[in-house]
This record gives sequence, structure tokens and C-alpha cells, in this order.
Amino acid sequence: MSPNPLNVLVIADHLNNTLNASTARAVTCAQDLEAEAVDVLVLAADGAALAGEAARIEGVSRALHADHEANTHPVAAILAPQIAAAVKAGGYSHVLGPNTTFGKDLMPRVAALLDVAMVTDIMAVHGPHEFDRPIYAGNAVVTLKASADQVVVGSVRCASYAEAAAGGEAPIEALDLDVSLPTHTRFIDLEQHTSDRPDLQTASTVVSGGRGVGSQENFKVIYDFADAIGAGVGASRAAVDAGYVPNDMQVGQTGKIISPDLYICFGISGAIQHLAGIKDAGTIVAINKDADAPIFEVADIGLVGDLFEIIRDLEQKLA
Amino acid sequence: MKVLVSIKRAIDYNVRIQIKPDGSGVVTDGVKHSINPFDEIALEQAIRWKESGDAEEVVAVTIGPEAAKEQLRSALAFGCDRAIHVVTDAPVQPLTAARLFKAIAEAEAPQIFLMGKQAIDDDANQTGQMTAALLDWAQATFASAVTLGNGSARVTREIDAGLETLEVDLPAVITVDLRLNEPRYLKLPDIMKAKKKTIDVRTLEELNVTPAPALEAVRTAPPPARQAGTMVESTDELVAKLKEKGLL
Repeated sequence: MSPNPLNVLVIADHLNNTLNASTARAVTCAQDLEAEAVDVLVLAADGAALAGEAARIEGVSRALHADHEANTHPVAAILAPQIAAAVKAGGYSHVLGPNTTFGKDLMPRVAALLDVAMVTDIMAVHGPHEFDRPIYAGNAVVTLKASADQVVVGSVRCASYAEAAAGGEAPIEALDLDVSLPTHTRFIDLEQHTSDRPDLQTASTVVSGGRGVGSQENFKVIYDFADAIGAGVGASRAAVDAGYVPNDMQVGQTGKIISPDLYICFGISGAIQHLAGIKDAGTIVAINKDADAPIFEVADIGLVGDLFEIIRDLEQKLA
Repeated sequence: MKVLVSIKRAIDYNVRIQIKPDGSGVVTDGVKHSINPFDEIALEQAIRWKESGDAEEVVAVTIGPEAAKEQLRSALAFGCDRAIHVVTDAPVQPLTAARLFKAIAEAEAPQIFLMGKQAIDDDANQTGQMTAALLDWAQATFASAVTLGNGSARVTREIDAGLETLEVDLPAVITVDLRLNEPRYLKLPDIMKAKKKTIDVRTLEELNVTPAPALEAVRTAPPPARQAGTMVESTDELVAKLKEKGLL
């Protein structure tokens, strides 16, 4: 297979008939490849509206949708053979997905079906076949060279790329993929965490709390402050493990990796695992009673003191 | 039920890694290695199934150098019945690992192949999904709960949107996340008993597996450092700084 010229297929992540912002971030990464075309593929039961949304992302050449009842929920074993078929039929040189749990689950299965290696968590592009990715929980960055005569499958580190702007007007096309789909995997349900707060992964400001908050009840001050300034809410692994908050709020290497413009953390000491999740934040503000906490080594602005007094004070000054 | 569990020898999670000055990789000589923590969670799940009578046999498998025997011995001390060691000194990338696991799964015919969701060294998060794809088996990644059914399993998965439940027909590959369980501590009698258990040694040639085309590591470097920040003395000063940066 000699995939020439450069054509990129970006797999859309979506839920509840809305594109996840990670899709537009993956498009930004795709543009760094300087490809001739960047197509977005929506796999859904009825993907026309979602493809319409994808068509408006700046830099998208075509918005494709492959509709099938089996695509109602994103099951990797069902989506992967369709994507592999679309890649072969379309002669794509690159297939990218966002490094969300959707992409992490799906893209390696696509790569194996295409019998090619995969680049996980692309954080920089040095050319169509050379990429940076983090290893060892972000404590090292490796530059990898992929073979130029094979399809490149990759997942895009969302925190490393801004969303491509809206304003495009790409044509929308339905894809007819004649692929036999497995029946060994069935979606049962999704227990969605609902919240009126901005989504942790896309919020421009995130407020988070750690073990220093002390209890589930005390965490209310974190929520109240976040609501007062319109921020998303996160937590450290220590706070999650202590049972203060549900685990989908965990920020860190084994939780969510985020890149808000402003990150304000209260009572978080700054374990390596947590820092790996906030490395790409614009400005990090740390409030901790321990002046020697490692969080102050990475914080842009630090304030030593009692978090409850400080948060009350800030709420009055900012709200 | 027969359960296969893959484990990987990786630098211990408590070690602060050192990058070689010439950028050729990470220092591994003389550094403490352990079973990848996610794989320990997989082992714990398999052993619990054995204890509950759901699993008759649990087999641990690893791919790696001779030194990885140490981790296989730990897996046997956990309670695995036997172990398979695919010995190779060459670095093994996920697609090659998946080809080897496919060959072993075909020979062993387990109902469930459990793996950690990723290894904490390369953080690739690929091998389970690739193995499932090559076998054309169901996959359920990032499991935080698994309930066995009749020829199937219900797996709760930790995904960005919340908790998703999938039903998979067996055989299946299940990759495990942090919250599935807390692995036990190994006891000395178990470690002693493990010494008598068998480790079958295999090679790529014996398994008739050729390495997949690999990604070439050009260089390894430290991550871009954040610049040291400033300390403020009061919330007034903090608010002023944030305004100055245009963040308020």
C-alpha cells in the first residue's frame, strides 16, 4: 500500500447528537500534517446532522457520515471494521481520532485491522510521519518516526491542540460501507454524570480540590466557588480515593488531562500523577497551607494559607 | 472457565525516571522494576474468580527479557497456576505483542484474556484492543466492574461521559482500570509455593510470529518545563495578578 498523496481521515467523537469538542481539536492536529484533504467521518445511526456540524469546522474538506443502526452507540468492535474499510476505499494516508476514552478504545482496533502500528497521544507533529508523544506519565517525550509507506493511525492529545474554528462549509456525503459487523458486543447502558457546570475537559477555568479539602461535605465550598465564577470542577486522585467526589472528576495521568486557561487548585499537594494532568493549563494558581508542597514548583501563582478562608475571600472579590 | 492474564515488567511507579543524556531512551539498568500496576489489578481479578470457583485455571503470560521471570514469579505467587514466558530481548511494540498474544490465546483457548488498560512505561493503551481485533474477539476496555454471565460477561467501563455497560460474548479481551479492585499483598508462603510452579518458555520463532513494522524512536527528551512562578501574600494580590494576565 502506498498512500500517496496525503489524505487524513478524522474520526468524530460524539454523544447525544452533539460533536465532542475533541473532534475539532483532532482537526487542528490534522492540519499540521499539511495534507491535501482532511475529511471527518461520523459513524452514527443517523449522522447527517452531526456531519453538518463537522462540515462547519474550519479546514475540513468533506464531512462524511456512515449510518447504521449498529452505530447508535460507539462500540469499538463494531465501528473499527467500518473505519478500516473507509480508509482502504478512500485511500487515506492517515487516520486520527481524539485521545478521549472513545478514541483510546477504538483507534488501536482500527490499527490492528489495518495491520499497522499506532501513535497514541500525539502532542506535536514534525512532519507527516514524525510525532511527539508523552511516555512515563508525561515525564518524558519521545519522538517517533512512522513508516512512510504505511497508513498512520494515531490518537490526538486533546490538551495539546486548540479547537479548529467554526466557519467552514465543507460538502456533506453519506458513505455506504458494505462491511459485515460482529454481534459479539452489545451496548447495555450509559450512566451519564449530569451536571449544570461547564465540562471539566472543555471549561476555560477549572477549580479543583484535593485531600486538603478534608471531606465530602467540605467539597461544597469548591463547588460553590466554581459556580460563582462559572468554572468546571476537578479533584486530585487523593480526593477521589478518599471518597470526597466521584472518580470522573479526577484530574491527572490516570484521570482527565486538561488544558484550561486558568486552573485554580485548593489543598492539592501536587503529586507527579496530578501534575501530568495539568501540564498544559495556561495559568496554574495553587492555594495550600504547606509552603513546601510540590504544587508550588509548577504553579504560576502560589498562595500559602488556609484554603477555606482564602476561598471565601476570593468568592467575595470575584463573584 | 480459563483465564489468561498478561503482565508486563515495567519500571516501578515510585521511581523517578532518568532520561539518558544522549536522548536514546530512559535509564533502565539498575532501576527497580515491578509488574505494571494495571496488570496487578488484572491478576487480582483473575485470582478472585479462581477463589470464587468461576475460574478453574489462571495462566499468566509475559513477553520480555529473561529478567521478566521475576515478575512471572510474582504472578505465580498471586495464585496463577502456571506461566508462559515469551523470551525476547528486542523491544516489543503493541502490534507485535498482540500477534504473540493471539498465538498464545489460540493455543490456550481461554474464555477471558485479562490485561491492564495500559503499561505505565510507554502509556500506549493499545495491546488489549489490538489483540482482540486480531482474534476477532469482543473487547471491553477500562473495566471497573465485571459480572460473569452464561457464556458472556457484563463489563462496566469508565469512560469520559460516565459509566458504560457492555455485554460481551466470551471469549473476550477485557482491559482493566484502576477502580476494579485493590490488589492483595503477597505473602511469603505464597512466594515460596510459586517457586515450584511451571514457567513455559517460548520464542517468537516457536510461535511462528514475525515482529510487526515498528515505530522508530528518534529521541527521548524531558517534557517542556514550566517556568517557576511567583508567590503572592494575599487574595488582593492574587486577584490583581489574575487581572493583569487578563484572566478575570
